[in-house]
Amino acid sequence: MTVVFDGIASGLLLFLISVGLSVTLGLMNFVNLAHGAFAMFGGYVCVVLLNRLGVPFLATLPIVFLASALLGVLLERTLYRRLYGASHLDQVLFSIGLVFMSISTAHYFFGAQQQPLQLPPMLLGQFHLPGLDIGVYRLFLIVVGLAIAFALQWMLTGTRFGAQLRAAVDNPRAARGLGIDVDRIFVLTFALGSGLAGLGGALGVDMLGLDPGFPVKYIAYFLIVVAVGGSGSIKGSLIASLILGIGDVAGKYYIPQAGAFVIYAIMVLMLIVRPQGLFGRTAAK
Amino acid sequence: MSRDISMRAEYAFWLLPVLAYFVFGENLALLSQIAITALFVLSLDLILGYAGIISLGHAAFFGLGAYAAGLLAKYGWGDPLLGLAAGALVAATAGFASSFLVLRGSDLTRLMVTLGVSLMLFEAANKLTDFTGGVDGLQGVEMQPLLGLFSFDLYSKTAYWYSLAVLFLLFWLARRLVRSPFGLSLRGIKQNVTRMPALGTPVHRRLVAIYSIGAAYAGVAGALLTQTTQFVSLDVMAFSRSAELLLILVLGGSGNLYGALIGTIVFMAAHHFLADINPQYWQFWLGAALVLVVLFARDGIMGMLRRLVTRGAQ
Repeated sequence: MTVVFDGIASGLLLFLISVGLSVTLGLMNFVNLAHGAFAMFGGYVCVVLLNRLGVPFLATLPIVFLASALLGVLLERTLYRRLYGASHLDQVLFSIGLVFMSISTAHYFFGAQQQPLQLPPMLLGQFHLPGLDIGVYRLFLIVVGLAIAFALQWMLTGTRFGAQLRAAVDNPRAARGLGIDVDRIFVLTFALGSGLAGLGGALGVDMLGLDPGFPVKYIAYFLIVVAVGGSGSIKGSLIASLILGIGDVAGKYYIPQAGAFVIYAIMVLMLIVRPQGLFGRTAAK
Repeated sequence: MSRDISMRAEYAFWLLPVLAYFVFGENLALLSQIAITALFVLSLDLILGYAGIISLGHAAFFGLGAYAAGLLAKYGWGDPLLGLAAGALVAATAGFASSFLVLRGSDLTRLMVTLGVSLMLFEAANKLTDFTGGVDGLQGVEMQPLLGLFSFDLYSKTAYWYSLAVLFLLFWLARRLVRSPFGLSLRGIKQNVTRMPALGTPVHRRLVAIYSIGAAYAGVAGALLTQTTQFVSLDVMAFSRSAELLLILVLGGSGNLYGALIGTIVFMAAHHFLADINPQYWQFWLGAALVLVVLFARDGIMGMLRRLVTRGAQ
């Protein structure tokens, strides 16, 4: 049971980070391999605020979200938007370039070592139920993750902004014709995705670690979530993240010698059987 | 007339490595590395530049070739040419088998499948420590003399001429290949995949063929690296190698065989001089170069040269 619980917690963490990628990749049809860099950025912002400026952990989270979102807007306005119409190859090369730059920048400012993060005492500790050890921090992750998942689902299906986003993605020209400011929608969406990635990165320092190699180390995981979940679907991403989280934790627990091999194999199999993902909608072309 | 010029340019180009042997005699190890990397880039050029198949995991085939040649030499069959053949065979088989997975989907699926397959192989090589040495690398690779005559020396003289000869031979083959009807049909597929079947081209079979050939080329490059360094490190399969490969090809100009070679020379030279100064900065500039190339110089060095030439002719 504890394995399942830990799996759910790491799955939701993964969901927070990858949901932004699911939106850019699935809805806006942009292959952004640099997505992990936003998560890393969030992690470093959190660590700096906490360790050097003494801001309490919970207070850093909104700042992290805003800072990452701001970085997202900045890059979207200056660089990403030029490549919306470009081929996937160009987008891949471009974002790999960004990954390289982010890695060496992080290395330059923080060095190669793992960054320490001291959680506040109220989030530490465990309580025990029969057959189940519940880590308080993991419970916290689950609550935050689920809350954000529901908020996103509601935003996408229940609000005017969500409707505009879906319209802008399905048919940008018609959406423009109806007076929707497609540019602005894309910026906001990109910012939201980067902000969530940053938030996930900050929340994940404790579980995933934080060092300059972060964007490359976990890129496969983020892509798996999108590939398995079906791009652009919140529900799909959530379920895929949970499967991946539980599978990963269980795999490492029961067959440690296989390492990440199982996860990669599942990803490839998944892509062969259902290239559009579990809950896929076809990406806008 | 222009055919004459390009022929002469080709002859001149292939005189450069001979010249380099006398000028940079102390750096033959680096020069062999350049030749090997050039062959590897060439292999990606065949599948990406000519057939338009995007791959994020081409290092998998390089790694397979490297391990095949390494293991063969470790267990007693240290003949270099045998090792090359084994590397090519193993990589081509893997390329053939995985081509059916890769060629199914769209660009995006291809990206993820190639990445997934290469990560799987990387993880396998990492965990099968008895077999591959894992993170420590494969030790104890002992090479016999090339053709029974030339042993691999400390100054990399044999390694250099050997790599260069293999590169030249395979380059010549590739050059014939892309100018053959087969090569032309690949370009047709890249430009318009729906029209080619109407012309009677078996699209899928052609793509499977070129993907396997590209894999075999990468396997030979991997085997060469093993034989000239007598060591296999785990990072032959790493994602960063695939990414770097893409960068070199784009830098040189994809869809052009000389673009692959020139891109490699420029990249390796820059790497050699800049990485000495500071390895971390090097990676930063590498990334910046990639971003700039995509935004402003999409056809790479060869494209720029071509534009210069056409402007000069006017």
